Amino acid sequence: MAITLNINGRDYEIDADPQMPLLWAIRDKAGLTGTKFGCGIAQCGVCTVIVDGNAVRSCNVPAATAVGKAVRTIEGVSENNDHPVQLAWQELTVPQCGYCQSGQIMSAVALLEKTADPSDNEIDSAMAGNICRCGTYPRIRAAIHRAAELSKA
Amino acid sequence: MNTMNFSRRNFLKVSASAAGGLMLGFHLPQAAEAGAHGAGVEINAWLTIDPNNIVSIVTPQTEMGQGAFTAVPMMIAEELDIPWENVRHVFADANRHVNNNNLYTTTSTGGSTTVSRRHPYMMQAGASARERLRVAAATKWGVPVDQVTAKQGVLTAGSNSGTYGEFAADAVNVTLAEEPKIKAYKDWWLLGKEDVKRLDIPLKTNGTATYPIDVTVPGMVHAAVQACPVPEGKLVSFDFEAIKAMPGVIAAVELKQVKDVPAFTDLRSAVAVVAEEWYQAKNALAVMPIVWDLGRGASISSESQNAEALQLLAGPGTLVLNQDGNIGKNLDKGVNHDAVPGIIAASSKVVQGEVYHRPFETHATMMPPCAVADVKADRADIWTFTQDIARSLNEVADQLGRDTQNVFLHQTYLGGGFGGGYNMDVHRQAAAISAEIGRPVKVIRSREEDIAQDSQRPPVWGTYKAALGDDGLPVALVTHFVGEEKMPAFSQRGVANMPYLVPNRRHEYSAVQNHIPIGYHRAPGANHTGFIVEQMVDELAQAGGWDPLEWRLKMTEGNEPWQRILTAMKEKSGWRTDMGSGEGMGCAVVESHGTIAGCVATVSVSRRGQIYIDKLDYYINSGYVISPLTAREQAESSAIWELSHTIFGGLVVRDGRIVNTNFDSYPMARMPDTPPEIEVHLENSENQWWGGLGEPTGPPTPPAVANAIFYATGKRIRVTPLSKVAL
Repeated sequence: MAITLNINGRDYEIDADPQMPLLWAIRDKAGLTGTKFGCGIAQCGVCTVIVDGNAVRSCNVPAATAVGKAVRTIEGVSENNDHPVQLAWQELTVPQCGYCQSGQIMSAVALLEKTADPSDNEIDSAMAGNICRCGTYPRIRAAIHRAAELSKA
Repeated sequence: MNTMNFSRRNFLKVSASAAGGLMLGFHLPQAAEAGAHGAGVEINAWLTIDPNNIVSIVTPQTEMGQGAFTAVPMMIAEELDIPWENVRHVFADANRHVNNNNLYTTTSTGGSTTVSRRHPYMMQAGASARERLRVAAATKWGVPVDQVTAKQGVLTAGSNSGTYGEFAADAVNVTLAEEPKIKAYKDWWLLGKEDVKRLDIPLKTNGTATYPIDVTVPGMVHAAVQACPVPEGKLVSFDFEAIKAMPGVIAAVELKQVKDVPAFTDLRSAVAVVAEEWYQAKNALAVMPIVWDLGRGASISSESQNAEALQLLAGPGTLVLNQDGNIGKNLDKGVNHDAVPGIIAASSKVVQGEVYHRPFETHATMMPPCAVADVKADRADIWTFTQDIARSLNEVADQLGRDTQNVFLHQTYLGGGFGGGYNMDVHRQAAAISAEIGRPVKVIRSREEDIAQDSQRPPVWGTYKAALGDDGLPVALVTHFVGEEKMPAFSQRGVANMPYLVPNRRHEYSAVQNHIPIGYHRAPGANHTGFIVEQMVDELAQAGGWDPLEWRLKMTEGNEPWQRILTAMKEKSGWRTDMGSGEGMGCAVVESHGTIAGCVATVSVSRRGQIYIDKLDYYINSGYVISPLTAREQAESSAIWELSHTIFGGLVVRDGRIVNTNFDSYPMARMPDTPPEIEVHLENSENQWWGGLGEPTGPPTPPAVANAIFYATGKRIRVTPLSKVAL
């Protein structure tokens, strides 16, 4: 079955059976490997992408459900690694192993697009679906505040 | 391997290029960096300088978040004296290392040793290159070497001047009469500075850092693997016919142990389903009928292990001696261990401890174990989850029965390590499957199989008995710890070398046996013994009428590194034991990896028993610190690692299987569980020794939190996780 997915503003013709999760369509069919696999049951958030403005765990939704929608992945956040969230992440040295960070960044981007200046509680709630085994949470929290500042400037 | 067995040979050019390390058409963004490595002149195996004065530095250790890909280049750049902006990182060539007499000494990455143990020869590599550049310039300019300065990438003598890049080709041919000495701390210009940027950060904010799971090889297929759910059990049969018509399914492959021993570095009995896409392989494997012989482990459970441990604790254990000592003192000199029980029996003030316990934990790195193997007739290429690229290369050669010359293991970034990258057999699985089906294959463990197949952190139990003197301080102490027989040191070291000056002491040990593979798990051992010892101390202080922080100060009198930490905790944490009901502060100090780390935890507990960790304050004495930024990052990381196991962790064993399967049944700390404040204080003893920094703040975290909960509620937490304790 061929479907068309719009990822980062570009159409991809993808040959996917109906069971294929969106994650594997993005990674193995579109070749965008910045989005990661972590648990397969939408518990850890490393596969987070933005679909029509909402943070979505791509590992357990079928690719077919994203047809006709705008999918954004880490590769589509900025051309030059300079989105305010990316700049804040770099400035505060957020990543350690880095594996969960694409998902963290996508959750943060989705949050800031809805809530320009989130409180700690709003950050806790929006980021609760993203696990970081390296424990970069304090830096993520600070970097989201910093990204909000950078976005205003 | 801790020996510093480096010779001049290591610093000479070994071969013209990194043969085989940098592959043809594979999709690896790092190939761009690797290209830079090839374009320049290799001064020694550690570094290459290009005509634009860009220095590419090799890191044989693995980058798993701890900062090795920055720390190693920093140590070499310090000696070479090159601006940090000119430094690039390149991956190490495992094949070259293995086949050239361990060219980089070791590629092992663990025990917080990359800086603490490896700095002498890494700094030497930079110093050696710098000296040869100076000799090359002196020769060309016809001036004595001592008139040539090498600073910030520029060689200068009088009116002569040139970049390192201009002299790199000449430097290769220089033979030094003797190797230069490495710099003293007072001469550092780069190490120890706050503002040195990590080299791997930009790649990790735009998704371009490559992990094994991201590697694609033309013609590659995918495999999902299931091991016997009871470790040590064996595959009896499987029914491929039942699944072979499912979408994408190609083959099923039995994975057999290479050797007839249940070694966790060997392949475990397992079966793989190969399909075009990974989710197809996983779905087919989930429904394929498989028959297992479960083996001896099927009758073991958490309850049976607990009962066995309690029985062992009721009897005597074997005597454990303090063999390595702690920082400052070796306390076993002159102690009559046999006299201790008698002293306690004769005492009028005896404190009998209850039993403490911590369960199995698993690594659950965010990247599940994954490997890509492309096994051809004349060569094998591997990308894998490993904390030791040479060991894994050797394991693949062993698996395939090939000469190591023809095995190429390509270093990548790792999605976490925490000790899980040792005792790892995912590359053996990938190599065996690729050899069997004759195609390149990517093996990804589902999260369920990651937890089932992991080498787990073993459980521990412990208790104690002490006699107090008239001043309330202990005069005699017996401890008894129960660990796991495969790694006894985990439950011995941290208790036998405790720094507290109890005049009569005796430490005993017993072991339970089980079938579950165990392995290193961030701060192994210290995270066991620290939890128990540092709560025992609080119980003894309370029984003797002492403030727990004052007790620790008194009991480590004269031990400067410990006094430094304890004094800082007392002066800077706002320490108090008279907080209101439902609030408490607790402290704990644990030495591990040559570093002393103290934690002061502040908690509040609601009337309904909800625990809030308001603040975690850390005080760290590691002697030297080369990167304060990474030191702080690792302190935060280790703290949250153990906080996670304190609140949520704990594997449960039933019928020989691990019951927890994924993040729903093995939950961990998330953003809302992160304390509002974590402060890290680096309190170093005037650069007297090199301690490790990747792990030490973990061990004091659970006991400090538990001690704080005690002061808030009067209830003592003797078992983790807290999520299963009613307050």
